[in-house]
Amino acid sequence: MTERIRNILKEHGRLSKDAATLPEDADLYQAGMTSHASVNVMLAIEGTFNIEFPDSMLKRSVFESIAAIRAAVEQLTAGG
Amino acid sequence: MNDPLDRVQRIAARVAAPHAADVDAKARFPREALDALREERLLATFVPRDLGGLGCGIADLAAMCTALSQQCASTGMVFAMHQIQVACLVRHGLTSPFFRQYLQDLARDQGLIASVTSEVGVGGDTRTSVCAVERAGGRFTLNKDATTISYGQHADALLVTARRDPEAPGGDQVLVLLRKTDYTIAQTTSWDTLGMRGTCSPGFKMLSSGAEEQIVPGSFADSSSQTMVPFSHILWSGVWLGIAADAVARASAFVSAQARQKPGQLPPTALRLAELSAKLQSMRANVHDVTAECDTLLKSPEGNEALLTMGFALKMNNLKISCSELVAEIVHKALLICGIMGYKNDSDFSLGRQLRDAHSAALMIGNDRIYAKNASMLMVFKNR
Ligand SMILES: Cc1cc2nc3c(=O)[nH]c(=O)nc-3n(C[C@H](O)[C@H](O)[C@H](O)COP(=O)(O)OP(=O)(O)OC[C@H]3O[C@@H](n4cnc5c(N)ncnc54)[C@H](O)[C@@H]3O)c2cc1C
Repeated sequence: MTERIRNILKEHGRLSKDAATLPEDADLYQAGMTSHASVNVMLAIEGTFNIEFPDSMLKRSVFESIAAIRAAVEQLTAGG
Repeated sequence: MNDPLDRVQRIAARVAAPHAADVDAKARFPREALDALREERLLATFVPRDLGGLGCGIADLAAMCTALSQQCASTGMVFAMHQIQVACLVRHGLTSPFFRQYLQDLARDQGLIASVTSEVGVGGDTRTSVCAVERAGGRFTLNKDATTISYGQHADALLVTARRDPEAPGGDQVLVLLRKTDYTIAQTTSWDTLGMRGTCSPGFKMLSSGAEEQIVPGSFADSSSQTMVPFSHILWSGVWLGIAADAVARASAFVSAQARQKPGQLPPTALRLAELSAKLQSMRANVHDVTAECDTLLKSPEGNEALLTMGFALKMNNLKISCSELVAEIVHKALLICGIMGYKNDSDFSLGRQLRDAHSAALMIGNDRIYAKNASMLMVFKNR
């Protein structure tokens, strides 16, 4: 799962650092992800993992690191 | 008459109103009204009581902005912008001894804080900075080419957005407080505008240095969502509501005067006044509703978490867009009601200043910029 998240970040995150080697807890916004880019990341994750983020999860902190994104995806796939 | 809102209303009527035309004509700072607000300690309205302030909430502030702007929107906007900066410090600085002391000093000295977010190269995109804080040995330097600093020449302090450090991306920002002794500003552009002339908001090149403790704790990403944006959009909307209410009051006086001339006959303009009354009510309801919701959220930890969600950001942006559009529409329609008497600059029903002031609303952070942000969020937001 982490690899797929890294690929999505590589394609849509507009990071100034390499998504493949970025530490899992590194702050993606400090790595250059804008809020516009984060929306594209959210869309790609919803599409890739066939999930829908509820509105209550649509906030910066849920998408602030690879680890945070993985936790969110796990939470939604476990529930479904 | 000791209620802070009563005091503001008194200052609006007795001090802001008689100078409003001169402030507008000369594009000069509304110093009489600001002096009066200082004297009544109203520049520390949002500072907690234990630090010497009045401990008012956001709903009180919004009502004060409306009251001032019904008489002089430039005064209302200066008051609003100052309170937005104070709110950022109160809500994000209190863990720091430096900022506690600063706010105590502000309550005592009634200092005025100006806002330095917009910058040459990024325009009104507050969440991107070009300039960066450069730290060394517990000190920092920060230089910014600012497109617009309202009342820059009249302020006692500046609250500035900047990148966290020279390596940080544009969106990784902090807020920095600069006191008068920490900075110099050199004016780069003029302020001969259509409206909001008393805000005195030309561009400046700013040079500064200070101690690291002057950097507001945490990141601007959070303080922007939790404080700067909601306070800006609510207090600005409070200002615009005041302009709209002033215009409707003038139209109403005009229609009543017509009606008194021919009792028993409905003046043709009365219909349009009825339409305006409905529009003003929906504008007022929007401001009050969003303000009340925000007021509740500000008071709890879960609420402060909710301020960070897209749903709340959308609501805040919608308030700004709809009030900024409505204020221009309402003043325009009031002008049509008053006719030539509204068009004249020297009549009791004159709406020139209100109309010019109202047109700043849509470009104070361009509405299309905000629409674009909302459009982006709505691709993932589900409205459920
Ligand atoms: C009365 C008044 C007082 C002010 N006081 C201050 C102050 O004290 N401190 C401060 O920092 N700033 C202040 N500002 C500046 C204000 O906050 C904005 O920064 C400024 O008005 C925007 O500048 P701009 O219109 O030149 O540029 P831009 O923001 O670049 O906008 C130019 C045009 O492009 C459009 N546009 C830009 N980006 C996009 C996009 N992504 N999508 C769609 N359309 C877009 C806009 O809608 C607009 O039509 C003040 C403005 C006013 C009117």
